[in-house]
Amino acid sequence: MDTVGSRRRRALSYAVRYALLGISAVLLSYPFLYMVSTSFKTRSLVLGDPMQLIPEEPTLDNYIRVLATENFGRYFLNSAIVAVVSTVLIVLLASMMAYGFTRLQFPGRRILFALVVIGLTIPTMMLIIPQFLLARDLGLLNSLHGLVPFYVGTALGFNTFLLSGFFQGIPKELDEAMIIDGAGPWRRYWSLALPLSKPALGTCVIFAFLGTWDEFAWALTVLNDVDQRTLPIAIALFHGQHSTSWGLVFAASLLAIVPVLIVYIVFQRFFVAGLASGAIKS
Amino acid sequence: MTAPTGTPSAALVSANPRRRRSTAVAGDGRRGAFAGLAFVLPGFAVYALVMLYPAVQTFLLSLRDWKITPGAESPWVGLDNYVKAFGDPKFLDSLVNAVVYTAVTVPLQIAIGLFLAVLLDSKLPGRVAFRVLFYLPVVTSWVVVSLLFQFMFSSGDGPANFIAVDVLHLADENIGWFRERWTSFIAICALGVWKGIGWAMLIFLAALTAVPKELHEAAALDGAGVLNRFRFVSVPAIRGALSVVFILLLIGGFNVFISVLLMTGGAHDTQVPLTYMYDQAFKFLEFGYGSAVSFSLTAIVLAVAALQYWWTRRRMAD
Repeated sequence: MDTVGSRRRRALSYAVRYALLGISAVLLSYPFLYMVSTSFKTRSLVLGDPMQLIPEEPTLDNYIRVLATENFGRYFLNSAIVAVVSTVLIVLLASMMAYGFTRLQFPGRRILFALVVIGLTIPTMMLIIPQFLLARDLGLLNSLHGLVPFYVGTALGFNTFLLSGFFQGIPKELDEAMIIDGAGPWRRYWSLALPLSKPALGTCVIFAFLGTWDEFAWALTVLNDVDQRTLPIAIALFHGQHSTSWGLVFAASLLAIVPVLIVYIVFQRFFVAGLASGAIKS
Repeated sequence: MTAPTGTPSAALVSANPRRRRSTAVAGDGRRGAFAGLAFVLPGFAVYALVMLYPAVQTFLLSLRDWKITPGAESPWVGLDNYVKAFGDPKFLDSLVNAVVYTAVTVPLQIAIGLFLAVLLDSKLPGRVAFRVLFYLPVVTSWVVVSLLFQFMFSSGDGPANFIAVDVLHLADENIGWFRERWTSFIAICALGVWKGIGWAMLIFLAALTAVPKELHEAAALDGAGVLNRFRFVSVPAIRGALSVVFILLLIGGFNVFISVLLMTGGAHDTQVPLTYMYDQAFKFLEFGYGSAVSFSLTAIVLAVAALQYWWTRRRMAD
C-alpha cells in the first residue's frame, strides 16, 4: 500500500508543479504574445480587446512595410556586421588572455589579472563621458567600425574571467605531453585548449553576440548619420516617427529578435554537445 | 600598400615557434615570458584603453569645469561638482527613484526566480521548454521590451488598464500611467521584474541542481514536509548564489537606464541617476558635472554592495 500512496503523492506533486508552471508560463509569455499579435494587426484594430490574441483579420502588411520601405535591411546589415566582427574579436582576444593568465608565466601576470577582475565592478555606463571624448580624439565618432573597439574592450573582462576559470580545469598533463612533442604555446592554445573548451566558448559567443547585437546607449551616443544606425537605434527612433503605428514597430522588433534566437539555440546545442563529449571530466 | 601597424599582432606571430624544442617548459625563461605577454597584451591593450583609462578619466573630469570646445581651457574646480550634485534636488530625486526601483524590483525578482527554480528542480518532462521560455525576456533587447511595456501601459484600452480597471477595479476609468511619477514607476518596475526573473531563476536552478538528491531523500524519510525540506535543505545550499544574485541585481537596479529613457524620458520627475547624467552630458554638454554624477552613483553602489558582502560573510561565519 505504501508504494501506491507514494505514487499517488508523486502524481499529485507533478500536477501541482505543472499547474503552477503553466500559470507562470502564461503570465510571463503574455507580453510576447501580445507583441506578436499586434504585429499582425492593421493600424485601426491595434487597440482591440487585450485578451483576444488572435487577430480577426491577420495581415502581413506591417512586415511588408518594414522590409520594403523603412531602410530596415540596411540597419539589419549594420548590426550584423558589428555584432559578428565584435563577437569574433571578443572570443579570440579573451581566450588568448585567459590562456596567457592561466597557462603561461610572465612578469606582471598577477597585476594584469587583478586589473581585469577590478574592471568587472565598473558599470559601463559610468564610463560613457570619457569614452565619448576618447572616441572623438581617435576619430571614431559616427562610424560603424568605431563601435567595435568599444564593444570588444567592455566585454573582454567578463569573458576573460569566465574562460580563465574553464582553462584552469584542463589537466596540466595534456599541456606537458604536447610540450614533449615540441608544441609551442600558440599550438597548445589553438589545438588543445580551444577544442577542449567548446562549452565555455559557446557561452562566450552567446553573451558576446547578445551584448553587441542589442547594445543601445553607446550607439545612440556616437552615431548620427541615418545610414550608420544599428537596429536598436533604428527601432527606438522608428517608434518616435511612427508613434501610433505600433504594429509596424513590433514587426521590426520581432524581425530584430530572430538572429538572437538563432544564436541562442545554435550555441545552446553546441554547449550541450561540448559537455557530452566529456573530454575534460574523464 | 598597408604595412602591418599593430605591433601586438606582429609579436604574436613571432611568438609562434615552429622549431622543435623538446626541452621547452611552459613559462620557462625569457622566451616563455615573451609568449605570455604576446597572448595577453593585445586584448589587455584594448581593455585598458576603453575601460581602465576612461575609469580614471571619469574621476579627473569630475574635478574640472569641462569645456567641450577644442582648445578652450577647462579649469580645475576641486570638489565643486560634487557639492553641486549633493545640493541638486533633481539629482537627489533621481537617487530616490533608483532606490525605489531597486527596493521594488530586486526582492520580486529573487522571490519569483527562486519560486520558478524550485518548481523546475526535478526530473520533470518538458522542463527545458519552461526554462527556455522563462529565460526569453532576458535575451530580448531592452529597447524592444521597453517599447512593448510602454505600449501595454500607455494605450487607453491596453492590457495594463484592462487588469487595473476591468479585473481588479482599482480605478473607475483608464489610468494615464505615464502622466505621474509613481504610476510611471509601476510600469518601469513591472518591466524590470519581468525581464530579470529568468536570470535569477537560472542562477538559482544551477545552485539547486548541485544539492545532492540524498539530502532531500533523507529529510523526507525523517518526515520533513515540502516547506521544511526547502527551508533546511535547499536554502542553506543556495545561500552563496543568493548573495551573488542580490549584489548583481542591486548594481543593476541602481544602473537602470534604457527603460526609463525610452518609457518616460525622465518626464514627471522620473529621472534616475543615469538618465540625469546622460542629459547633463549630452544635452547640456556639462561633462564635468555629468562625470561627478556618474562617479557618485558608482561609489554609492559599490559601497552598498561591499556592505552587503561584508554582512553576508559575517553571517555565514557565525
